[in-house]
Amino acid sequence: MANMNMIQSLNNALDIMLENDDGVIVFGEDVGYFGGVFRTTDGLQAKHGEHRVFDSPLSEGGILSAAFGMGLNGLRPVVEIQFADYIFPAYDQIVNELAKIRHRSGGEFWSPVTVRTPAGGGIRGGHHHSQSPESQFTHTPGLKVAYCSTPFNAKGLLISAIESNDPVIFFEPKRCYRGPFYGDPHNVPTWEGHPEAEVPEAHYSIPLGEARLAMEGDDCTVISWGAMVHVCEQAIKDSGVSCDLIDLQTLVPWDRDAIIKSIEKTGRCVIVHEAPKTSGFGAEMAASIQERCFYHLESPIERVTGWDTPFPHTTEWDYMPGPSRIAAAIHRTQVN
Amino acid sequence: MDKKKPSLNIPDAPYRPGDEASFESWPWQPGDLEMPDPRKCGSEDTVPHAAGLIRVLGDDNKASGAWDPGLGADELRQGLEYMVRLRIFDDRMMKMQRTGKLSFYMRSYGEECVAIAQTMALESQDWIFPTYRQPGAQFVRGRDMVSMICHCIGNVEDNIKGRQMPVHYSYREGRFISVSSPVGTQFSQAVGVAMASQYKGLDEVTITWIGDGASAEGDYHYALNFASVYKAPVILNVVNNQWAISTHANFATGGGEFASRGLPYGLASLRVDGNDFLALYSVTKWARQRAAAGAGATHIEVLTYRAGAHSSSDDPSRYRPGDEHTKWPGGDPVERLRDHLIEIGEWSEEKHTELEKRIDEEVMSAYKEAVSHGDLATGPYPSSDTIFTEVYQEMPWHLEEQFNEMMEESDG
Repeated sequence: MANMNMIQSLNNALDIMLENDDGVIVFGEDVGYFGGVFRTTDGLQAKHGEHRVFDSPLSEGGILSAAFGMGLNGLRPVVEIQFADYIFPAYDQIVNELAKIRHRSGGEFWSPVTVRTPAGGGIRGGHHHSQSPESQFTHTPGLKVAYCSTPFNAKGLLISAIESNDPVIFFEPKRCYRGPFYGDPHNVPTWEGHPEAEVPEAHYSIPLGEARLAMEGDDCTVISWGAMVHVCEQAIKDSGVSCDLIDLQTLVPWDRDAIIKSIEKTGRCVIVHEAPKTSGFGAEMAASIQERCFYHLESPIERVTGWDTPFPHTTEWDYMPGPSRIAAAIHRTQVN
Repeated sequence: MDKKKPSLNIPDAPYRPGDEASFESWPWQPGDLEMPDPRKCGSEDTVPHAAGLIRVLGDDNKASGAWDPGLGADELRQGLEYMVRLRIFDDRMMKMQRTGKLSFYMRSYGEECVAIAQTMALESQDWIFPTYRQPGAQFVRGRDMVSMICHCIGNVEDNIKGRQMPVHYSYREGRFISVSSPVGTQFSQAVGVAMASQYKGLDEVTITWIGDGASAEGDYHYALNFASVYKAPVILNVVNNQWAISTHANFATGGGEFASRGLPYGLASLRVDGNDFLALYSVTKWARQRAAAGAGATHIEVLTYRAGAHSSSDDPSRYRPGDEHTKWPGGDPVERLRDHLIEIGEWSEEKHTELEKRIDEEVMSAYKEAVSHGDLATGPYPSSDTIFTEVYQEMPWHLEEQFNEMMEESDG
């Protein structure tokens, strides 16, 4: 075991997979010689060679189409899109090609690409360095979608993603790279001493599709993913309400059973995500929950999300769901 | 089948940290290239211009050759002042960034000439579709520094209401179109702006820029094709400053060529010394004349060097020698214009020092006025309703509802 921040645990996962499988290659903008603008691939080119870890042209569509082709021809590419906001030039390749190849070829072809991409706000990144576009991929059949939240699950989920024979869009909450985020921009803790930052150095994996129970309680089920998991933890403490906190970890396929089980116990539910509300993944979950747990629900399902607006720069703390908004929603579920 | 060794071609940068950078001196001299008639010039007439380098300022600081625009000393001094202003402004902003007054910054260091000389060569009705490395165009178009700083520090006077990161200026009055972070998008959009001018029958030209790195994006190729097909009145500049964060230009194109990529699209294509104020002014004027005459778009490689970091978040010492920019054969654009003015007896070291001092004071005074309206570290900030306004022309019910929810929460 070692204490790692999320950058280190992701780097460690890539290192292990490069070691274990000759077919794994890592590329993207600035990931080779420099080691990535967030340092996630630091040292990997020097260790594994420039044929395994290399820089690409600034061309997200090119990165994804090349990765797609490499995957067709037996490799297991792990590409980085430097910010999730910049994934859209690759959207056609992902949505129309990568996601559909297995199905369209009658199972004759597939391409096991992993797309790593830093997402989410909290770094004063404005419109184009802050978005959390997960639902634009959860709406695409054929893709798996993961969203890590801690150094421990980052490594285990990334290894599963790389080992998966399906394409995986892997979101990394950049605000949590160097420490958990509890919703107070002036409080900047590191991962040091955090139990979820104790990371085994050897290979391990967390199955895609399994949620994590981050806190256990009786009176409300709070569901989230990414950086918001930690904000929810703070909100639950502030609210004084006994809550299950479920860190979804994988959005497609999502762990419906874990959530049903929790809601059957608590009868109340709050879903929290950074992305805008309309057509956010919370909407899908709320719909499924009412289908399965309608008679267990004691109050309406609450959603606390980013607003249906572009992500602002100066006023980002008014945009991102904070502990007080979440705690208020938890309290609203307790009224009935 | 025997397994061969991997044979992927992975390019490298010419020099890495620890190497001694030593660029070969340029074979191109002022006077090498003729100036074709812009109204009649087609792509085939520019083959030598795409392979060579248009220069006006020689190593002796004198101006010569067919591309000498013959500018008067007042215009040259004006250009120099804009460039000095941009450099001092950038330095002040970077210092403010380090103290938390703004979240992020990007300097134009080493490339001050690009937008300034090129914008000076245009008409005031021409459209500017910039990247984050052309803020200097705003000086030429008359933007007040206080207003620029208020944007960068995201205070209540920020004309874009704290919505974008610093350096993402928007200045409609100067026909300077809003900067967007995704690299390359403006390049093909600029062609559309130009097509609209064509459609409306107006004497307007659009100028845009893209980096060597971003020329690998699809937008670059869309732009060249549309500009060629519709003969759009647009000036398409590829600023080849060698670096895209840590990615060397060797990754942007396998052939090592930028200017000549316009030729097979049927575009007149030139390469120009991007640190040579006179040459840049001249090719831009020429490209504008072509566009105005209905001869279509011009594709220009602006050869320069990104002397500074990509941004305040970048550390170039990790991927290139720290003094590499001092070895660049094109030198420093500010020094070259200064030295030319001195050479022709229209400037002096003393006057230059006075100019720097005056501008430093002006920048400092603009800074003080701007922070009196608040800064990112302490506020006051644009009001929270600016999150919801102008998402649509009229606010739909669901945003109104969310806005009310936010206000109730903040009251609670």
